[in-house]
Amino acid sequence: MGHLTLNHFLVVSALLFGFGMLAVVTRRNAVAVLMGIELILNAANLNLVAFGRYVSGGITGQVFGLFVIVLAAAEAAVGLAIILAIYQMGRNIDASQATTLKQ
Amino acid sequence: METQFIMFLLLAVATLVGAAGVALSRNIFWSAMGLLSSLVGVGGLYVLLSADFIAITQVLVYIGGVLVLIIFAVMLTSQIRDVNVSNRSLGLAGGFAVFFVVSLLLSFVALWTPWKLTGQAPIVGTTAAIGDGLLGKWLLPFEIASVVLIATMVGAIVVARKEVKLD
Repeated sequence: MGHLTLNHFLVVSALLFGFGMLAVVTRRNAVAVLMGIELILNAANLNLVAFGRYVSGGITGQVFGLFVIVLAAAEAAVGLAIILAIYQMGRNIDASQATTLKQ
Repeated sequence: METQFIMFLLLAVATLVGAAGVALSRNIFWSAMGLLSSLVGVGGLYVLLSADFIAITQVLVYIGGVLVLIIFAVMLTSQIRDVNVSNRSLGLAGGFAVFFVVSLLLSFVALWTPWKLTGQAPIVGTTAAIGDGLLGKWLLPFEIASVVLIATMVGAIVVARKEVKLD
């Protein structure tokens, strides 16, 4: 106690990943599934930065995390565009009922 | 060091409570608010890890960009009071089984592996070093990321636009 180590961050990251997994697995709303994916990406990113500080040193981990953030933003934009397109098609964003890509 | 630990505890609690809200809240809008708390918490943890530039990027890109997009999508696709859209698909029991297995497994791996720790560096700013790196050692991934972003932008516009039928 009283002293931050790598393990603290790894445990927080593991729990964050677990909650993201829980959201992806249990939610049916496609937007909520996307939020779960964002949580999972954040957990991975936290691990990258923590290992960069405590194990490898230098800024490699941080630069890797930066690229992960860029790709997460791109993924969110495309994912939400697809959700909006599916909603316009069927007025419904239930991930288990979106089985067609075209009318 | 004590102050840092207290800050870590506060940020970890904010992160995990927000994440639990994302996964468990019946109302999709409260899920978005949970995501906000979680993203702020992770941004604070980056500061404790001496990653100031990543922390600022987290606030700008995630909270200012991704979260606003998500809230737009929530507003456009569901009634805020509508609870039926967030039905469970696997059921809470299966979901919690997945949660416990995954997080316990990852925690045990994290705690039992003998990591080769280097000495703890002081908390310093890394923005200058990252800027040098992005225009030097990591120039190629930086440029590829810009191409990916513009392709994504065009793709998102094409997918989300309304089709105009010319009769």
